[in-house]
Order: sequence, then C-alpha cells, then structure tokens
Amino acid sequence: MGLYRDEAVVLRTCKLGEADRIVTLLTRRHGRVRAVAKGVRRTRSRFGARLEPATHVDVQLAEGRSLDVVTQVESLGPFGARLAGDYPRHTVASAMLEAAERLTAEEREPALRLFLLLVGGLKALTEGEHDPRLVLDAFLLRALSLAGYAMSLDACARCGAPGPHRAFAIAAGGLACPQCRPAGAASPSPAAVFLLRDLLTGNWPGADSTEVGTRREASGLVAAYLQWHLERGLRSLPLVERSPAPPARVLDPA
Amino acid sequence: MYEGAVQDLIDELGRLPGIGPKSAQRIAFHVLQASATDVKRLAAVLVDVKDKVRFCKVCGNVSSAELCRICADPRRDPAQICVVEEPKDVVAVERTREFRGRYHVLGGAISPIDGVGPDDLRIRELLARLADGTVTEVILATDPNLEGEATATYLARLVKPMGVHVTRPASGLPVGGDLEYADEVTLGRAFEGRRQIDV
Repeated sequence: MGLYRDEAVVLRTCKLGEADRIVTLLTRRHGRVRAVAKGVRRTRSRFGARLEPATHVDVQLAEGRSLDVVTQVESLGPFGARLAGDYPRHTVASAMLEAAERLTAEEREPALRLFLLLVGGLKALTEGEHDPRLVLDAFLLRALSLAGYAMSLDACARCGAPGPHRAFAIAAGGLACPQCRPAGAASPSPAAVFLLRDLLTGNWPGADSTEVGTRREASGLVAAYLQWHLERGLRSLPLVERSPAPPARVLDPA
Repeated sequence: MYEGAVQDLIDELGRLPGIGPKSAQRIAFHVLQASATDVKRLAAVLVDVKDKVRFCKVCGNVSSAELCRICADPRRDPAQICVVEEPKDVVAVERTREFRGRYHVLGGAISPIDGVGPDDLRIRELLARLADGTVTEVILATDPNLEGEATATYLARLVKPMGVHVTRPASGLPVGGDLEYADEVTLGRAFEGRRQIDV
C-alpha cells in the first residue's frame, strides 16, 4: 500500500460505522478522492476539526483497495469553521462544495483548475468583501466554463454572430441572435447580462456596483443554466440564503 | 444459501446497520440455538418498540407516553431548554448530571449539501415553546461540527430577538488528551474560551 501526500479541500463527509467518516476530497493533483478517516468522530481523535467540510488541508493518504485511508492531516485554511458563524455564507459555501463535487464526474481525474477556483472562492467568501451570492454565481459560472459549459455572453451561442444579443437560450449555451433564437428564450435585462459578464471575467468593481434586483435576475439565470447542464439541480441551492443587506453601491447600467 | 426461514432471517439481519453477511449468519445461528423463551422475548421487544414508542409532543424525544419522562417531571427547571440534534444526545447530556432543565430534540442538523433545510427540523416547535416567556435560557448543544455550528448560528439568530439568553456549550481540549495533537480550530477555541484559575 503506497502513501501519497496532496493538498485538498474537504467537499463532504458522511458517517461510517461507529466512529469513522468517509470524506470526499478535491485534491490538487489527484482530482476527487474518497477516503476513510478512522476514529474522526471520537472526541479524542487526532484529526479533530481538520476534516470538516470546506477545510483546506495538507493530507497524507494510504492507498486502499476501494477507498484510501487518511493517515495525517494539517490544516491550511479552516474556511468551514470561519463560515459556520455566518449562516448565509455557510449556505453559499455548501452550494460551492456540492457544485465542485458534481462537476468532477470521475474520481481521480485531475482537476487542478477547479481546485484552485474552489480555494479562491472559499477565500473570497471568508474575506467578506463581496455579496456572498455574487461570489457563488461567479464560482458557478467559472466552474461551468472549466467543465466545458462556458456561457456565451457576446457572440450568438449557436451561429457565432457577433453580439450583443437580447435573447438568452439556456439549451443553446447563452445569448442567441434573432435568427437562432429558439421559441421560449428568455430576454434578460442588459444589466443582468453585464453582471454575468463581470462575474465570468472577474470584474469585481462592476459586479459590486449592481442593484439587488439585477443580482437576483442574474442568480436565476445562473441557477437555471447550472440545472440544465448538470441535469438535476444542486440540493443546496434552494437553501442558499441571501444576506440581509447586500452592499449595493451606485446603479449605472451604462 | 440456506433453506427458507434461516435464509430469510439472515437476509433481514443483513439489512441492519453495521451488520454484514458474515455477522448476519452468525447472529442467525445464535438465534437458532437459543431457547424458545429468549427468542420470543426478543421478538416481543422488537414489536413493542414499534408499537409503543412515540415521540414526546413537547420536546420530540422518544417516549412511551404522550409526554416524555423529562417533560413530565415537575422538578425539571422549565426556564432552561437544551437544544440537541438527536434523542441520543439527550442521554449524553443527562449522563453528566449537570443539567436540570428540559430538552428540545431537533431531529438532525441543517445540512444544505444533503438537502436538509431549516423547515425539515423541529424549529417551529421550538419557537412555539419560547413564545409564552417561561423560558429564559436556550442552550444550543448541537454537535460541534460544521453542520451543528451552522444550525446553532441559525437558531441563535431566530431566538435572540425574542429576549431569551442564548448559550452554547464550551468547546476546547478534551479531558485526558495531548495538547500537541489538538487541531488549530479546537485549540484556537480553547484559547478564546480560557478562564481564570481561582486559587
């Protein structure tokens, strides 16, 4: 049985037997890995809080027949513990973890960019500079593009005609020109499309200055787009709570 | 593969948590060799547990009457409610003999990733118990893991505006453990909640 060491974010834990847990990790080099953490539920476990969801860890694993076994853990960033004291942010973190798990279809298929995106997303969420829901939508849009489902927000998603276009067709993969527009396509407000573009490209000053209504509209589009491409929605997404007062600055939809 | 009843018993036992095919077979043969009275008693207890055990209509703990033993006991302090996730946690707190108030069993913890939201827990019942003003302190004794912490945060946000004192059991170093093995989060909490030694 070989030992290997990797950096990872804990995506999910579930109970196993008396005192063990199965932890799902998104690792830097080995993709999504499921491993057994023995005795982690005992109060005297030497792993303690390090294997709680949303913790960024340096972990040593022993290869097993079906599941690997966690042998040592060091914590690099206890994001989960910091977020548990803020319920809206905690729900956002849960949705990010679930999305990361669902977007890694195969175990052990390296997903370095998704790993880096997740660590960055959790860090941004903990720092609390932006509305948590914006962080979530930016994460989901970028994670989807890494998975090959990038939302087309300039050219027509079907024929490639240069934009800007008005119609938004989820099945086509983004905005659609008047010729390609399928029946029943949505017509989002220009401000919402601007916001989606800002979130996808990381233009935070632009995203932070949007109004609550625009953010809601963009979130709705992201949720519908995600659900279409994942074939079923995230279980945690309906439970994500909006912060009571999102920091909206000036409204100027250009 | 065994014949008829023996195989049926093995199959049924194998569906229990933590019991694999080998354990199921061992238990089945133990039952087969045991005396008829022992087996009848076991069967009766199994039927009883399903027929007689209900959930206390006040706290949600397992009970054999409409009110559980603790809710029905007039000596328990009605001003304190200890909120726990599972009936097992009531037993754990009771074993300490430190707590003389009453309980409220939520039936789990908020876990968005598993699709468990606030509406799936007995939170509305808790708020109803607080409405008449008898309760002055709510102790949020959910598990000290991520889901438990988040549930406590959520509950504190609801309960505090009702003018009730909200507390959470201390977390820190386990008695009988080694400092060097404590993880950063736990050790950090222990330092946060350090207390003066009175001599």
